[in-house]
Amino acid sequence: MAIQIRDLYKSFGEKEVLRGFSVEAREGETLVILGGSGSGKSVTLKHVVGLLTPDSGDVVVDGQVVSELTSNELFKLRRRVGYVFQFAALFDSLSVAENVGMGLRRHSDMSQDEIRDRVTECLEVVDLEGFEERFPAELSGGQKKRAGIARAIATRPQYLLYDEPTTGLDPVTRAMIDQLILRMSEELGVTGIVITHDIDSAFRVADRFAMLHEGRCRFVGSPEEIRSTEDPVVRGFIEGRPELMEKAQ
Amino acid sequence: MIRLLGAPFAALGRGSTTLAEGVGRWGMLTGQTIQALRHVDVWLRLLLPQMARVGVDSVPIALFIAMFTGIVLALQASYTFTGAIPLYFVGVLVGKTMMLELGPVLTGLALSGRVGANIAAELGTMRVTEQIDALETLAYPPVAYLVVPRVLAAIIMFPVVTALAIGMGIFAGWATSIQLLDMTSAEFINGLTLFFVPFDVTFAMIKATSFGFMVASIGCFFGFTTEGGAEGVGHSTTRAVVVSSMVILVLDAFWAVTLL
Ligand SMILES: Nc1ncnc2c1ncn2[C@@H]1O[C@H](COP(=O)(O)OP(=O)(O)O)[C@@H](O)[C@H]1O
Ligand SMILES: [Mg+2]
Repeated sequence: MAIQIRDLYKSFGEKEVLRGFSVEAREGETLVILGGSGSGKSVTLKHVVGLLTPDSGDVVVDGQVVSELTSNELFKLRRRVGYVFQFAALFDSLSVAENVGMGLRRHSDMSQDEIRDRVTECLEVVDLEGFEERFPAELSGGQKKRAGIARAIATRPQYLLYDEPTTGLDPVTRAMIDQLILRMSEELGVTGIVITHDIDSAFRVADRFAMLHEGRCRFVGSPEEIRSTEDPVVRGFIEGRPELMEKAQ
Repeated sequence: MIRLLGAPFAALGRGSTTLAEGVGRWGMLTGQTIQALRHVDVWLRLLLPQMARVGVDSVPIALFIAMFTGIVLALQASYTFTGAIPLYFVGVLVGKTMMLELGPVLTGLALSGRVGANIAAELGTMRVTEQIDALETLAYPPVAYLVVPRVLAAIIMFPVVTALAIGMGIFAGWATSIQLLDMTSAEFINGLTLFFVPFDVTFAMIKATSFGFMVASIGCFFGFTTEGGAEGVGHSTTRAVVVSSMVILVLDAFWAVTLL
């Protein structure tokens, strides 16, 4: 029931994005991965559900090495993982209700009515009740993001991966999403990875922190440990002081 | 000097490796499409809407093109024959040309601009906005969900649209002949049936089916492999149209060489 990322390497052409990244999200905890833009956070998350395959190293979910799964096994694994995309990635041609119910229609034996109830329930959780028949093009950025979260939680996954869930949102929506992440972890025992560079939000939801820097894990530890760390790169990042980070180079 | 002469050839070489690579990757997608046919539960309910879309997108334009082609064919035939050849040969020429060549090819080219472009733009947008990734995370096989219904719809609908276009072209040729060319209906129909063999229809349908497959699978290929935002979507769309138009013309010649 944990997600282990072990010595992950990934390059795109000449560009080495991950260079031996290792970190673990333990069962039931919310791990926050910090890192600058373009540091490879999204790339890391995509490896967890097999959207990308590592050049070397591996990701182990539930004791299974993701890159070694057959396509059927991979589908089974994906049913237990909810993925919140950075820009929501809602299906343009489907209504909000159809988007949220998409995973349920594929892999559950729920009836139409049960699916409709579940969709309504999930939309209530993200404060979007009454938006069932809207289309993604008619939603604001924050509403899209929340609809994306509703879609990810609809199948009651055991794992939730959040790619910058609060970036670019207003403070009220951010706080609401933070509470949602906490609720998922506290009430449903979900194991979560949250990728963010929103420090306030990170401290609200994190059980543990990791920092991805130059393709490797620069820091891993509890909120108290990250607050008191001496590492100038980590301090520079969380305090928003680039001069500290530069000195460390 | 040698370097100067070599440059275009080096460029040519680069061009041909990427062409070979492209064909290889398209072949892989086609293989995956065939494998994805087994996910009937995923693609079946998407097939009818896609067929309707191909029809709605393409019937008006195909009929429009065929109508004017039929008119021009009749007038040009009569102009060319100038009394040396009996006028009912206008019916032969209109019928044979529409069926064997212009019906399938003009429809195919028009549809590569409508259907192929549409597919590439839609799937390209889904790729760059991570909707295809999202499909995968929801445990949908994306090829079965997106590619199979589009390719099957085109394979089924291109022959239908082509048949309508051939009918329209012949009808327009007939109307032109009796209105403007001093021919009777009987003469035109006599010409139409004179050299007709059932294989003409088979030949037209083989062409239309293969064009449908090519236009849709090439559109899907460029859509799926789109990179780099809105600009990338534009590139993919243009390429899909250019490549599938070229492929239609090459295939057209191929069928003529192998089947006639
Ligand atoms: N599919 C891809 N092809 C090529 N380069 C990619 C791809 N995905 C990500 N990259 C590159 O990898 C780097 C890290 O990207 P990403 O993980 O999205 O960063 P972030 O940490 O901001 O989420 C970026 O430089 C990006 O351009
Ligand atoms: Mg990212």
